[in-house]
Amino acid sequence: MSQFQEKTQIIRFEQLSSDIVRLTLDSPDIASRAKPGQFVMVKAGEGRDPLLRRPFSISQTSNERHFQILFKVVGSGTSILAHYRVGEYLSVLGPLGNGYQVDCDDDNCLVGGGMGIAPLLFLGKWLVRVCPQNPPLVVIGARTAAELSPLVKDFEELGLRVHTATDDGSLGHHGFVIDVLKTINLGSSSRMHVCGPYPMMAAMHLFCKERGLSCQVSMETHMACGMGACLGCIVPSRKGVYAHACSDGPVFDAKELVWKVK
Amino acid sequence: MESEISGADLSVSIGGLRLKNPVMTASGTFGYAKEFEPYVNLHRLGAVVVKGISLEPRAGNPPPRIVETSCGMLNAIGLENVGVDRFISEKMESLQAVTVPVVVNILGDTVNEYREIAERLVDVEGVAAIEVNISCPNVKKGGVAFGTVPEMAAAVTAAVKKVSSVPVIVKLSPNVTDVTNIARAVEDGGADAVSLINTLIGMAVDLRSRRPALANVIGGLSGPAIKPVALRMVYQVAQTVSIPVIGIGGIETAEDVLEFMLAGATAVQIGTANFVNPRASEEAVEGLARYVTEQKLISIREMIGALVLS
Repeated sequence: MSQFQEKTQIIRFEQLSSDIVRLTLDSPDIASRAKPGQFVMVKAGEGRDPLLRRPFSISQTSNERHFQILFKVVGSGTSILAHYRVGEYLSVLGPLGNGYQVDCDDDNCLVGGGMGIAPLLFLGKWLVRVCPQNPPLVVIGARTAAELSPLVKDFEELGLRVHTATDDGSLGHHGFVIDVLKTINLGSSSRMHVCGPYPMMAAMHLFCKERGLSCQVSMETHMACGMGACLGCIVPSRKGVYAHACSDGPVFDAKELVWKVK
Repeated sequence: MESEISGADLSVSIGGLRLKNPVMTASGTFGYAKEFEPYVNLHRLGAVVVKGISLEPRAGNPPPRIVETSCGMLNAIGLENVGVDRFISEKMESLQAVTVPVVVNILGDTVNEYREIAERLVDVEGVAAIEVNISCPNVKKGGVAFGTVPEMAAAVTAAVKKVSSVPVIVKLSPNVTDVTNIARAVEDGGADAVSLINTLIGMAVDLRSRRPALANVIGGLSGPAIKPVALRMVYQVAQTVSIPVIGIGGIETAEDVLEFMLAGATAVQIGTANFVNPRASEEAVEGLARYVTEQKLISIREMIGALVLS
C-alpha cells in the first residue's frame, strides 16, 4: 500500500459553524489513492507541544488532487489547526487504514453522528460514482442544526436523500439516528456503514445484529503513530484479544468487536 | 558503506557490532521496521531495534494505552508482542532483508525466561545483537523490576550473555536512585553495552472524568520532555562504565544526537520522534553527515565524550 509523508498546502478554509472547520488540502499522492474510510495523521503546528499528530478521516477527495478533513475544535491540536489559513502548509501522513468495504449489490446505508459523518461523505460520493444504479440511504445526526446543516447540504449536492436527527430537535427527528432507522423499511441486503460516537455505534451493532444486517463501523481511538508501530490504538476484538484501529481498521465488521453496552 | 553520504565517516562500534552511523531506532517505536518502509530508507540507518519480544505472546494492557502530555507522551502498552516463536517464523524474514544490523529487544518475568528467549534466538539469521529490557517486574522476587536491583540486573545480564553468540546490550531503567550502580552491575555481569534511558514512570489524570488517563493508571513517559533527564543519566553512566553507552530519550534531530555523543554516548536510539516524523532517523543521519563535513571532523567518533567542562 502506498503511503506518503508530505507537506500539503491548504487551499481552502471553511468555518462551517462556530466550532467546526473544514480544510481542503492539496496532495495528488494522497487524494488519488485514498479510499473512503481511510484516514490521515496531521501535525498541528511545528512545535513539540502538542507533540503527536492527530488522526482525521478523509471526508472527501476531488480531482484526484485535493482532499478534505473536517473537525470540531475540542482540544489543543484542533484549536491550532483552526488557526491555519489558506496558503499555509500542514505535514500529513497517509492515506492510512483499510477503508469501508463496498458492494454495489448491497443496499448501502450511511449512518453517521457528529464528526463521524466526515468519512461517510467520501463514501457517499464514491457510491454515487461506482454504484449509480443503487444510491445509498443517508441517515445522519448531530447535536444541533448548526452542526448538521452544512453536512446535509453536501450529501444533497450528490443527489442523495438525507434523513436527519438532532439531539435538540432543531433539524429533522428530535432524537437519535437509530430512531429514524427504525421507521425505515430496511431490506435484508442492507449494509450499514457507520461512523459516530461510541454509544451510537454500539447501538447500531445491536440494531443490525437483531435484524441480521451487515454493519461496518469506523473506530476512533487514542493513536500516536497511525501506522502500526505504537500499538496504542487498540479495540477489544473477538479475533484475538485486541485489534489495532490503525492497521486492522479503522473500519471493522461490528460483529468482530467486543462492545461495551451500558 | 559508511562514506556513502558526503564522504563523512559516521561509523561507530558497539561491543563488536559495527554500525555505519550511530543512529538506531528505539524498541517499541519502529514496529518490525517494515511499517516504516514507505517513509524511510532503512538501509541508511545505523541499526534497527525491534519491538520487545517475550517467551509467550502478550496481549498487552486494556485501552486507553497512550496519552499525550506536555512535550511528551505516556504509554502503558503492556509489552504487547507475538512471542519469540512467532517473531522468528513471521517477522524475521522481512527483517533479514534489512541490510543494517537488526537488534532484538527481549523481556521476561524470570531470569530463566530471558535465558530461554536468548537461546531461541541463537543461530537465527539476521539477529545482530540482543537488547535486554530489564525494566520488567521479576515475578519471582515480588514484582520488583529487574533493573532496580543491581544483583538482579547482573543476573539477567549474565544469563543472557552466557547463551548468546551476539553482542548483548542492556537497556537501563531510569526509575532508580542511582543509575550508575545498575550500569556497573550489568557491566560486571558481562554486558557488551548499555542503552538508556527507558521511559520514566509517570501518570496523567483526566479531570473531567476524574479518572487516570491510562487504564493502567501509570505509564512510561517519553519524548522531548525527558531529554534533560536522559542526557544527565547518559553522562553519569558514561563516566562510570568502560563499555559503550547508547543514549535514548527525547532524541529527534542530529543536534540531539550530537549532544548525547558529547555527553558520552557512542550511539543513540530515536524513539517517540518516529511516531511524529517517520523519517526522523534518516534525517538525523543526514544531519550528522553535514555536521561532520562542516566541522571538518575526521570521524564522528571525535564527538564521543568530548563535552567541554571548563
